[in-house]
Formats: sequence, structure tokens, C-alpha cells
Amino acid sequence: MALDRWIAFVILCVALAYGYAAYFTMDQLLPPFMQRNPIWPSTFPKILAVLAVLTSLVILLGLEKPSADAAEKKPDIDYRRLADYHLGQAVLLLGLMVAYALTLRPLGFLLATTGFLSLGAIALGERKIYILIPVAVIATGVVWYLVQVVLGIFLRPLPWFM
Amino acid sequence: MIEGLMIGLGAAFSLQNLLMVIAGCLIGTFIGMLPGLGPMSIIAIMIPVAITIGDPSAALILLAGVYYGAIFGGSTSSILLNAPGVAGTVATSFDGYPLARKGMAGKALTIAAISSFAGGTIGAILLMVFAPMLSTVALLFHSAEYFALMVVGLSAIAAFAGTGNVAKAILMTVLGLIMATVGEGALFNMPRFTMGLMDLQSGFSFITLAMAMFALPEAIFLVLNPARSAQSGGDAGKITGLRVSREEARKIVPVISRQSIQGFFIGVLPGAGATIASFLGYAVERNIASKEEQEEFGHGSIKGLAAPETANNAACTGSFVPLLTLGIPGSGTTAILLGALIALNVTPGPRLMIDDPQIFWAVIISMYIGNLVLLILNLPLIPYIAKVLAIPRNYLIPFILFFTLMGSYIGQNNSTELLILVGMGVGATILKFADYPLAPLLIGFILGSMLEDNFSRSMQLYDGIGFVLDRPMTLGLLVIAALLVVIPSYRARRARARQQGVAEGD
Repeated sequence: MALDRWIAFVILCVALAYGYAAYFTMDQLLPPFMQRNPIWPSTFPKILAVLAVLTSLVILLGLEKPSADAAEKKPDIDYRRLADYHLGQAVLLLGLMVAYALTLRPLGFLLATTGFLSLGAIALGERKIYILIPVAVIATGVVWYLVQVVLGIFLRPLPWFM
Repeated sequence: MIEGLMIGLGAAFSLQNLLMVIAGCLIGTFIGMLPGLGPMSIIAIMIPVAITIGDPSAALILLAGVYYGAIFGGSTSSILLNAPGVAGTVATSFDGYPLARKGMAGKALTIAAISSFAGGTIGAILLMVFAPMLSTVALLFHSAEYFALMVVGLSAIAAFAGTGNVAKAILMTVLGLIMATVGEGALFNMPRFTMGLMDLQSGFSFITLAMAMFALPEAIFLVLNPARSAQSGGDAGKITGLRVSREEARKIVPVISRQSIQGFFIGVLPGAGATIASFLGYAVERNIASKEEQEEFGHGSIKGLAAPETANNAACTGSFVPLLTLGIPGSGTTAILLGALIALNVTPGPRLMIDDPQIFWAVIISMYIGNLVLLILNLPLIPYIAKVLAIPRNYLIPFILFFTLMGSYIGQNNSTELLILVGMGVGATILKFADYPLAPLLIGFILGSMLEDNFSRSMQLYDGIGFVLDRPMTLGLLVIAALLVVIPSYRARRARARQQGVAEGD
């Protein structure tokens, strides 16, 4: 099964769960006076759930054939040959982003950001570390200054022990 | 109108707003030039900055400047490198790059700058005339018509975005609408679909979603496929011969005047943005050109360069009409602008011109200033700005990723938001692999709460679904929406049937 139909399948499952929640769980919590209203909190989600189920089924069952020019159009990246691209680098960078999210508070903005920028560049193959580190440090400092002083948003600059 | 113009002049010529225009144009040009970063990502990255400015007109002026700058910057990289940074400037590279190869890069850039300037300026004049007219009509609209109008907008976007794959685009729109129902809405005062998670109590953050849908997948694509950020760098340094001769000027003036009007009206339509305007402008000019000029198209015709450049800038201006008068964005970019305005406590719509005339007029005046700034700053600076193209991608990509992280962190001050960002970014990348359009999702998300509000209000007024039949205008609009969705797939089916018929006949 092609990727787009797998995605349609996943969305179908999400839509079914959403629809279940809208149709069977939301209305019991409603106070009696609100039940007199023509519109309930669940009304709009119910419509959406039906629409989502129907359209994902259209894709999943392949009812709409893509038009000729859409089929000819070559995607930028062919996911069937994903291994031919720099997949490792992309995953590494995403991992770094997660690491950044987890370390931003404990390590403080300055250390986490310098680390992210320089490790990111190294992950992409940069080897001139004597240029990279100063660039990362200066950029971090400039961004911190802009956010803290110009925009007035507090970012804890230093690690937790300082 | 004169009174409004005066208010606008007063507001736009304040020192702060002038600085905003200049900064916006410069930032936009700079980043727009980088291949792979479109105006949507750039504006998404700039939103936290705009929101912290606090003054809605200044913020909108900044973002509009960024928008123009990005389109202009994109044309520079199309001309010099044949690497359009923005979909709207792909048509520019058809004739711009051959011109540059012939050693006329300077002339090509000048023509691009002048056409953009003319397109943007004429577009702004048309906007000034048409927006007030449209908003007087829009004041007659009822919540039922608003609901129907939003449905029309959403289905038009789905029909245009999913060329040949309307079901995918509709599914993305519905998914966006579904995501908008998560959290505690003002309408019912009760949390919905939060699955008991505190983090979802206030719903998904619009900035995080915008970053995850546009900036992050584009960056990941750049990592995956280095060819996308192909650089030649070398000849960017020597750009000479910026002058355009009188004969050439005579050739492009009619092109510019036709295309700025055509581009503007294409931009007004929901779903059809700068990209469609530029391709259509190129095609129209090619068809009406004389025989020998037609030969030149694709091999460095100045007409073929001026047409898409004029049309895309005029369309950018045109796309502000539905945003400012109806509060309905026609494209991903204006959807992001709408989100930013709502975050600043301004609701665009027909009341905007009455309640906050200074915002409306300041934006229009700043469009003129923005175009002028682009022309003045960029013509002499082009050779230097083009140096941006030489930034090594090893430095570029970590910075892009860092700015997306920063943007969503500043908005929420919460590091869980960063994990949500990465998760949704990966999801968006997978969707992009499978050719699902992402703009409809974001537009659906932004319009979702308004759509539900208007729907609920009409349901309450008419005590049920009866408003659809009671109000002919609502019914008409809904029929248009249905046709927009059905016709493309019907036509595709018929075309395929005809093709099969031919194949069998052979």
C-alpha cells in the first residue's frame, strides 16, 4: 500500500476515535438547560468527524484517481528511496532538536543554544571547528540580547547551578 | 477615502513604522533569497517578533514588508541561480536565468525590480479602491453568510491546492478544522478533546503549528536533498549593466500594465495566489506576443521576465483584499497574517475599516512605501545581497531550525511546546512526502473557530439548520462551495475517460 493511503488509514482511525468521542461521550456531560439549545458543543465535531471519515475513505479506497498531470508531477523527494538521501543527518538534527527542548531549562539558553548550533553544523559535516564555535557563540549572544533586551522576554541564560 | 488616506499617512510615516517597513523588506529579501525558504516560513518565523511589538499596525506593516521582500528575494535567486526560493517566482526563472546566462544578469534584476515595483504599486491602488467597496457589501452579511463564505473559501483553497488530488486537500482542511476544536473554546466554556492533558487545555498553538507545517519540513527537505540548496555562488559577485534601454522599456510597459491588473484580481480569489498569477501571467503574455517574440520566450525574453514578476507582486497585494475586508485568508501566507492579527487582538473584517481605520490605511500606505524601499534599497544593493547565496548550508540549516524552535518557545515559554513542534514537524514532513498539501490544514485550523462561531450563531438564531434554506445568499454560496469541490474531480474523470477512449481507438 502506498504511503498516502497509509496516511489516510491513520487519519481514518483518528477520525473514528474523534467521532466516537463526539457522538458517545460528550453529550452526557451536558447540563439539562444546554440540551434545549439547537447547538451543542458536540454538533460541529460530529459534522467534522463524518467529513473526515468520508474523505479518508475516498483516499484509502482509491475512489479518486489522480489526474494525469498530478501523476506525472515528480515529487521533490521520492520517499521510496529515502535511504538514498541524507536520512541519517535529518534524524540526527531532529534528535538534536529534542535534546535542545529537554536541556533548554536546565542548561540555560546560552549553553544549550551554542551547543545546538555547533553540534547541528558538525552533524551536517562542518569540520572547521575553529570558525564554527566562535560563530555559534556570537550568534547565541546576539539572539539572547535581542530577545531579552529588545523584545523583553525572559530567557534563563545560565545553567541551573549558577 | 481622502480622510482615511490622511490617517494612514500619519500612521505610516511615524518613525517606528518606517523602520518596520525597511526592516521587513530587508529581512524578507535576505531570507527569501535562500533557496527552499518561502514567504510562509519566513513570516511564520517573524510572527513572534511581530506579536511582541504589540502595535497591530506596526506588526502588520512589518509582516507585509517581509512578504514583499521574500517574493522579491525569491526572484533574485531564480534569476541568478535558477533556484527559485519561492513557488511564486518559478516562472521568473524561465526567462530570468537565460538572461543571466547571457551575461545580462544586471539588466534582468533591474527589470525584475521595476516590474515588482509597478505590480505592487498598482495593486495597492486597486486595493485602496476595491477594499472599501467590498467591505460596505460585507457589512450586510449575516453570520449565516459568513459561515457560507468561509466554506466557499475553504473549498476553493482545497480545489486549488490539491491539483488533481482534491480529496487529499479536503482531508487536510478537515484535519485542520478538527485540530481547531481541541481545547477550551469561548463558545461553550468547556474543554473538548483534551484527553485530560493540561497541555492541550488551551488548544494547539497557532505559531507552533505554522512552524511545524512550513518551516520545519522545508528545512528537513533541505537536509535530505542537498541539491535543493544548490549553489554556484561564483558569478553572483560580478553584476554589471543595470541599465534598461528605452526600446526595452517600451516593450515591457504594456506587459506590466496588463499583468498588474490581472495579477491583482487573481490574488483576490481565494486559493489562487502569487504562484498561479505568475504562471498565468507568463502564459497569457506568451500567447498574445507576436510570432518572433514568442520564439524568444524561455530563452531570455524580457517580456517573459516582466510578466510573472509584475503578476506575483500584484497578486500578493490582491490577497490582502479578502483578508482585510472579510477576515477570510485566501492563501497560506495571509492565513498566517490573520493568525498574527488575532493574536494582537484585531479581528479583520468589514468592521476593521470602521473600528480601526488607522490599521487599514497604514497598511495600504506602507505598501507604497514598502515597494519604494524595495526599489531604492535593492537596486544598488543587489550585488551585495546576492552574497547571501554563498552562506554554507552547514551553517544555514542549524540556524533555520534554531529559529523555528525559538519562535514557538517565545510564544508559549514552555519547553513541552518544543517537543510538540518536533513531533508535528515530523508528521508534516511525512505528509509532504505523500504529496498532501499542508496549507489547507493551517487555513482550516485558523478558520476553524470562526467557522464554528458563525455556524453556532446562525443555528441559534434560526433554531436549527433552517437558515440554509431561509437565506438565499447562504444557499447560493454553499452551492458554489460544493461545485468548487466537485467540478475538478468531475473534469479529471472526464478527461481520463477521453484519454482512455483515444488509447483504445489506436
